[in-house]
Amino acid sequence: MSLVTEIQEIAAQYPQSRSAIMPALHLAQKKYGWLPREAFEEVGEALGLTPAYCMSVASFYDMYHLEPVGTHIVEVCTNISCALVGAQATLEAFERELGIRPGETTADGEVTLRTVECYGGCGWGPVVAVDQRYHEPVKPEDVPRLVQDLRNA
Amino acid sequence: MPEHHVVLAGAEERPLTAIADYRAAGGYAQLAKARQMEPQQVIQELLDSNLRGRGGAFFATGRKASFIPRDSAKPVYLTVNADESEPGTFKDREIMLRVPHRLIEGCLITAHAIHSKNVFIYIRGEYLAEFEILRAALDEARAADLFDGVTVVLHRGAGAYICGEETGLLESLEGKRGQPRSKPPFPAISGLYASPTLINNVETVATVPKVLELGAAEYAKIGPPDSTGTRVFSLSGNVARGGNYELVNGTTLRELIYDFGGGIPDGRELKAIIPGGSSTPILTASEVDTPLDYDALTKAGTMFGSGAIIAIDDRCCMVQLGLRVAQFYMHESCGKCTPCRVGTRWMVQILHALEDGSAKQGDLDLLLDVCDRILGKCLCPLGDAAAMPVASYVNRFRKEFQEHIDHGACPYGGASSLEHVFAPVDQHHHSPVAAEVPV
Ligand SMILES: Cc1cc2nc3c(=O)[nH]c(=O)nc-3n(C[C@H](O)[C@H](O)[C@H](O)COP(=O)(O)O)c2cc1C
Ligand code: FES
Repeated sequence: MSLVTEIQEIAAQYPQSRSAIMPALHLAQKKYGWLPREAFEEVGEALGLTPAYCMSVASFYDMYHLEPVGTHIVEVCTNISCALVGAQATLEAFERELGIRPGETTADGEVTLRTVECYGGCGWGPVVAVDQRYHEPVKPEDVPRLVQDLRNA
Repeated sequence: MPEHHVVLAGAEERPLTAIADYRAAGGYAQLAKARQMEPQQVIQELLDSNLRGRGGAFFATGRKASFIPRDSAKPVYLTVNADESEPGTFKDREIMLRVPHRLIEGCLITAHAIHSKNVFIYIRGEYLAEFEILRAALDEARAADLFDGVTVVLHRGAGAYICGEETGLLESLEGKRGQPRSKPPFPAISGLYASPTLINNVETVATVPKVLELGAAEYAKIGPPDSTGTRVFSLSGNVARGGNYELVNGTTLRELIYDFGGGIPDGRELKAIIPGGSSTPILTASEVDTPLDYDALTKAGTMFGSGAIIAIDDRCCMVQLGLRVAQFYMHESCGKCTPCRVGTRWMVQILHALEDGSAKQGDLDLLLDVCDRILGKCLCPLGDAAAMPVASYVNRFRKEFQEHIDHGACPYGGASSLEHVFAPVDQHHHSPVAAEVPV
């Protein structure tokens, strides 16, 4: 099924098709890995919206990537509950292991590292999401193994 | 006192994700019962139970439902708020993972009560596992013919705290940037697609079947009169056993932190407690006997909020705490109202100066002044959510703030637990290195 058809099927669930823009952007991002111009064109075509409008919506939300990202994404929560129990040390372990700073992607394009606000796992922190799957808790000593698994994935 | 399971009842041994298990535990019986009742009778049960919303504002659930016009020419919508993003809060997640069908049953009962045929569940985008479980549960319920003409759409957000605010949520659900609307009109009159809309939190909706099962009068006997029932409290921070504990309202912070949470680890001392999510004013360790109920927490100068308790030990610098909290709200400000957009940024700048020792005496008053100029001056309370806690840190730990000015440095000398925590606001959103990745 083409992306446009898939989006239109989802749109049929809503009283107004514009409501489907978020699931549509999620689908487009799954297809491209991020949201290039073509993604906005396809979403716009499916929902009768301009690509510019689609981009204006996407830019509001943290989970949509407006620039290319790595094949894998590592997200470390540094909000207070996680920070109180060592999130910064966990983040620094990822920085060392990957050789990059938060907001950056490894030179081979494999892994993007970023910090995020509270992911709703505060009682089991520090919380790390790898490709949207939660790991709770992640201590600095767990990091080499996680990165290894990621590189082998 | 043991845990008191109402919302999480039956899921002690294993999660009730399969419809057969939920039914074996008495599930969906209340839906059948409710559909035999007049909608107004269901609302009356909610009114009599004194159930109040678990999303943060603690608004009376039955009352809000009764604001929905009964003879609306337009469709009526029920929207469930599963955006759960207030820092410290992770209870709705537990409910969706352990008793997804109770949430669905609550949706269908509430829809009946307000004559709604359309339910939307707005779940934060990061909750992927929870989304999958809820989607599977919805498929099972649909296959079991429980919907009776009602449609339930599960809608994923994409990372924006403000979409937990009810009108921001509605904007987002309409396919726009999630910027709050001015009120009135209130959603009960003009909400989703300008139609009457009831918005309730996951925990509130999942309590509805239990109110019918126990009966309003019995439910109202649980807990203090102004805060009936239980809450799923999220406990985190410097405690031995963080996690969710469903307890009768009125349980004290001491019982939660020490009896359930196992106390403060590493031989440290409790210093402060955030009682209702990061937007609520802080309490000092000496207030640990405060009961977790609406009146007691209001009297203590703070709020019940989202029922998220964060224990903070004596290694934490309060200026750094204020900075990290302010950074969160600055990051999440939708940008629509100037006091919030500019004020949260200004708070961050002053707190940075205090922490690095460059602040002058007047900056402390300036910080409180900035908080004051945000409070109550925006379309939604996001700015207040930064101003209230930070002002409370200054007021309750003034001496510590003063020391930063007097010594021209942080008195913790680099040893605070929140030292150099890297916040998302400090990250390049459009990462410079990623742009070099070959596409
Ligand atoms: C900035 C902000 C964020 C909010 N986030 C949430 C949230 O994540 N989940 C939630 O249920 N309510 C949240 N609320 C409260 C909602 O606006 C609304 O009051 C609530 O969902 C109503 O449900 P209830 O009556 O069942 O509590 C938030 C409010 C504000 C101002
Ligand atoms: S603070 Fe990290 S998950 Fe909530």
